[in-house]
Amino acid sequence: MIFQHKHLLTLEELSREEIELILENAKGFKEIFTRSIKKVPTLRGKTVVNLFYENSTRTRTSFEIAAKRLSADVINFSVSTSSVQKGESLLDTVHTIEALGSDFIVMRHSCPGAPQLLARRIKSAVINAGDGPHEHPTQGLLDAFTIKEMKGGFEGLNVVILGDITHSRVARSNIWALTKLGAKITIAGPSTLLPKSFARLGVRICTDLREAIRDADVINLLRIQLERQRKNLFPSIREYTLLYGLTEERLKWAKKDVLIMHPGPINRGVEISPEVADGKHSVILRQVTNGVAVRMAVLYLLSGGEEA
Amino acid sequence: MNSILIKKGRVIDPSQGLDDILDVYISNDIIKQIAQNINRKASLIIEADHLIVAPGLIDMHTHLREPGREDEETIYSGTRAAAAGGFTSICCMPNTRPICDSRTNIKYIHSRNLELGVVNIYPIASITVGQVGEEIVEFGDLVDAGAIAFSDDGLPVMNAEIMRRALEYTSMFDVPILDHCEDRNLASEGVMHSGYIQSLLGLPGIPGAAESTQVARDVELVEFFGGRLHICHISIGASVHLIRRAKKRGVNITCEVTPHHLTLIDALVKETNFDTNTKVKPPLVSEENRQELLRGLQDGTIDVIATDHAPHTAKDKDKEYVDAPFGLIGMETAVPVILTDIVHTGVISVNQMIEKMATNPARILRLDKGTLKIGTTADVTLLDPDKRHTIKSTAFYSLSRNTPFEGKKCKGAVDTTIVGGNVIYSKGKIVSDEER
Repeated sequence: MIFQHKHLLTLEELSREEIELILENAKGFKEIFTRSIKKVPTLRGKTVVNLFYENSTRTRTSFEIAAKRLSADVINFSVSTSSVQKGESLLDTVHTIEALGSDFIVMRHSCPGAPQLLARRIKSAVINAGDGPHEHPTQGLLDAFTIKEMKGGFEGLNVVILGDITHSRVARSNIWALTKLGAKITIAGPSTLLPKSFARLGVRICTDLREAIRDADVINLLRIQLERQRKNLFPSIREYTLLYGLTEERLKWAKKDVLIMHPGPINRGVEISPEVADGKHSVILRQVTNGVAVRMAVLYLLSGGEEA
Repeated sequence: MNSILIKKGRVIDPSQGLDDILDVYISNDIIKQIAQNINRKASLIIEADHLIVAPGLIDMHTHLREPGREDEETIYSGTRAAAAGGFTSICCMPNTRPICDSRTNIKYIHSRNLELGVVNIYPIASITVGQVGEEIVEFGDLVDAGAIAFSDDGLPVMNAEIMRRALEYTSMFDVPILDHCEDRNLASEGVMHSGYIQSLLGLPGIPGAAESTQVARDVELVEFFGGRLHICHISIGASVHLIRRAKKRGVNITCEVTPHHLTLIDALVKETNFDTNTKVKPPLVSEENRQELLRGLQDGTIDVIATDHAPHTAKDKDKEYVDAPFGLIGMETAVPVILTDIVHTGVISVNQMIEKMATNPARILRLDKGTLKIGTTADVTLLDPDKRHTIKSTAFYSLSRNTPFEGKKCKGAVDTTIVGGNVIYSKGKIVSDEER
């Protein structure tokens, strides 16, 4: 099977087979990590530009390591010190980057659809590293990869995504990937942060934590952001933790072998207690490692999958 | 002597219950005779056997951008776009720079139009000084200068007390307040209609209640305090229900809808991959809401079709969805889109279309327009209901190109636009001053 897409913009637009192809390739790349020389020549002579309009050290670093392990040249285009500060438009910035010779542009942007705008207008392959609350495809892929690694498959798995679903790109990309792969999704959190229309995607919606995580095989926690509280979407961090904070005690409501996932960075003591974050169910650091393998697979497949 | 004889057209004039194959004779700038087989000499004879002869259309909601943003639209370009769209009269909203809130601004528009324009312009002044929602304008002086209505379109008056006083005070002059109904707290930073599509895309949403709660407020204000209220561009089913019930009770309220809200839905934002030519206020809504608009159009709850023509440059629209300005242009697409998707599909008759695009705007604005009555000024629009064509924005007379209808295949077009007895637009072209 050949990967047909020129860009990776969303997981919504990928088929189950395409997602499986990426996961399969990621597995191969992960094996490289155990070697003494963690590098292959796949993307030698290619240039990957990280263009981050929002700060995200972990995602940017993960893409950087992934590209470097494929022998690509990596440029981190820092928006805060560039001409963007002088009022340059997104398209002008990107045309400049492309004129410098980019093959891939990895973009993080606060506006949903910004990667689609780029993809329409430039020749480089665009990888969406998160566009506002819309999608974060490589995060969805690395979460799926981690679940597959730990659980062997997806059929019949109960996956709970807990937290601020409304403003979460991670939630959307997870829903698309995991439902295509056969898992059953529950979204849970305060009613002001759950898009009710997601029921149309076959997703269960639940505001009661106990009810939500009963029979859960996986709980994917989302970072709760303080700025939401300022908009009165919930009364206080204290109340959020009282209602939805995941503690060891509450973890007993789920299955015995439940996986605890979090895209990071975590708020210890807010959405997750330190004991749960560091406990035996947690695969949070494994997700970080897998992120590199998944991003290598994405770069490789978008380059046309040559010289494997 | 300048005279026009329009032969054997289907003359439709809802203001006098006319729908028949007739000839129309115009002499100087006046409609002189409407009858079968008029036998008179004329300097111009138009064979109209395949055409509909209608009163000149009136667009009661446009943005001309002059003064202030002449890169987006001017009185010169905007009136030509109007004529090309079949509109012989247009009402321009006050959100220019400076805001149209004084006699000077009204006079400026009139004098520029006298010099450069090709259709009638009836300026709308703001309700509050500078459109900031705090202090009411000098309504009496503005009416005297020629303001036809008042609106804080785009920056609606949130303070119910100020809206109450505006309604009470303007009732002295029998002019309508045109309200862009949007609760600015509910709409907040939203850029598209809240719902399934918006949830998928993760764009900030504008809930339908942002409109309907303001419609409900306005209905109550008019009922309690009097005045005349016209609700701009309704988009939500709930607004249709509120206005329908209010009209049944006899509340003095009218409303309009745009061609884009009648024909496009929020799914287009997704289908076009976030094309900013789908970004407009009120936003494109769900199919269920659109169906309610069609019902409201059919049963007369919705009185008027108006374009809310809102020009923006490519530079401003070519941005991230959240950062691009709201608004679409509509004067040159309204007739083809309404004929194709609303009339030929049987939602309303062409007679109802003319009623909503000429007769009713004239009635609401108390204009001696929108009619073919003998002795009135000859503003006439000839429609070719069966002409097949494709919308191409490069052919627009508007300075801007921000249309969601690019490439749309249409059945029905404007054939000729006559303003004050002069042919201004004919067969795809504005007639130049020398030819006129």
